[in-house]
Amino acid sequence: MWELIQSNRRKSAALIVLLALALAALGLAIGWGVAGEPGGYFGVAVAMVIWIVMLLANLAAGESILLAAAGGREITHADAPQLFNVVEEMQIASGLPALPKVYIIDNPAPNAFAVGLKPERAAVAVTSGLLARLNRDELQGVVAHELGHIKNRDTLFMTLAGVTVGAVILLADLYLRGMRFGGGRSRGSSRGGGGQAQAIMMIVALVLALLAPILAQLLYFACSRRREYLADASSALFTRYPAGLASALQKISGVQAGQLEVSRALAPMFIVNPLAAVGDKTSVFSTHPSTTDRIRVLRALTGDVSLAAYQAAFQQTHDGRGVLRAATVQAAAPVAARDASAAAESPAIPGAPALAAAAALPDAARQWRAAQHLVQRAAGYFTIPCDCGVNLKVPQHFGQPSVACPKCGRQHLLPPDIA
Amino acid sequence: MIPLLILLGVVVVLVLWFIGAYNGLVNSRNQVKNAWAQIDVQLKRRHDLIPNLVETAKGYVAHERGTLEAVTNARAAAMKAQGAAQAAQAEGLLGSALSKFFAIAEAYPELKANQNFLAVQEELASTENKIGFARQFYNDSVMSYNTKVQSIPTNIVAGLGHFEKAEFFELQDAAQREAPQVKF
Repeated sequence: MWELIQSNRRKSAALIVLLALALAALGLAIGWGVAGEPGGYFGVAVAMVIWIVMLLANLAAGESILLAAAGGREITHADAPQLFNVVEEMQIASGLPALPKVYIIDNPAPNAFAVGLKPERAAVAVTSGLLARLNRDELQGVVAHELGHIKNRDTLFMTLAGVTVGAVILLADLYLRGMRFGGGRSRGSSRGGGGQAQAIMMIVALVLALLAPILAQLLYFACSRRREYLADASSALFTRYPAGLASALQKISGVQAGQLEVSRALAPMFIVNPLAAVGDKTSVFSTHPSTTDRIRVLRALTGDVSLAAYQAAFQQTHDGRGVLRAATVQAAAPVAARDASAAAESPAIPGAPALAAAAALPDAARQWRAAQHLVQRAAGYFTIPCDCGVNLKVPQHFGQPSVACPKCGRQHLLPPDIA
Repeated sequence: MIPLLILLGVVVVLVLWFIGAYNGLVNSRNQVKNAWAQIDVQLKRRHDLIPNLVETAKGYVAHERGTLEAVTNARAAAMKAQGAAQAAQAEGLLGSALSKFFAIAEAYPELKANQNFLAVQEELASTENKIGFARQFYNDSVMSYNTKVQSIPTNIVAGLGHFEKAEFFELQDAAQREAPQVKF
């Protein structure tokens, strides 16, 4: 695992340098094309300033802002014992130096993601929709996948790469806009010795401005997909039970379709792409491989769940093509898989009081309600039982002195700290 | 002059490599120690949870006194155990006593509906998992540390720095290795 992180780090550094060079080249070409050779250096400086400002903004924002943007709420062991336990189990299995913070996002779309620039200070978030649908083994597979992202430093890398790609896009966009409105200005200054070079540079800048954003994004997406497979392989290795993640992916697929509103930069960190309809064919523009493909590889893992076995399973399902680097796979001793846990049949919802109250409901609806209850409890909702049997849930700082029951219309007075 | 500089360069590179290899070994050894400590933490947690479980279940499974007593006795034995080998055996017995009890608890719907019992059950199940994962991580760490200690050229550094091979954690008790067979 350590060798894997090392090789990941080297590759990531090389890729970020490549992307940064592309950004600098774009700045140089644009500056030169607009104002001759000195303008070229100025262009590089502008590109770097944009990059650094965006990077600092991103680093300053940190995971808490990202999680808040996605509507996440931090939970403790008391709020959701099973989820919390599963995260603890996977922290032990993955050997992460610290327990990541755990967040629940109140959203019916089943999804999960991880953020964090350092393994010591990371966070993992799951949606209430995910909690409502998965059993313990499946939840474990998903959490292990997310912790795999943290362990393999994907969270750090995708943040850096995302910022750089964003800077390329921004710079190209600024230039193309400028061309449309003030294109005549550069022609006026093209007299003198550097005129011809400047004209060539202008064409280069134009071509770069059109192509660089697309190429940078393709590179970014390709890395993102490879890392997704690697996180799947890590999940199988940590849990010793690839069937859990496979069955989770099966349940998750088909219920996404853009229900979760997140920024594009965050998309690669999710277990399945929240922006695309899942089950989509993999294309060069996908952040994730197709779910069906990932399930196929995981299902092909039988007995041995080491990284080498994952590579073999991938080759078997992809006409001999591999996905992990040879250096990654070497020296990976066989690792035996285990059987499903005894709790496999129980849903991943702890014995919340709401479960008993909703016992009459069909299974899926009951799990959904329990998950909803969990989120509301974490958010500090106040529960008022009405005589007609309805439980009213009132958010903090409700702002009204009383609330009417939606079923029977009875008025309930609220305690002063809620109203 | 130039041969001297080259010699100096080679020496510097060798020294840097030696420092890197030595620190790598220290890192790996510390990871092994940490992983071992983690197993201990989880075993301790299991001991702490058991009185709670027995207290909750006592009233419901009057006919299964023997199974509950077996759990309590196994816990006492595990807490008294001295040395790694004895501890591993006692913990193994405690693990099988617990899984026998949970298999029996399936037959008591009232017990299974008890919120307290469900909570303790989740905690114990998770602790069992954590023990398993801690052991898994410990063995993985030992494997990568031993590979470093034994393979060329780091074995030279390991020999000079007295880095010994670490032991794998194997279960002593055959009963723990086999999951209990439950038939209805």
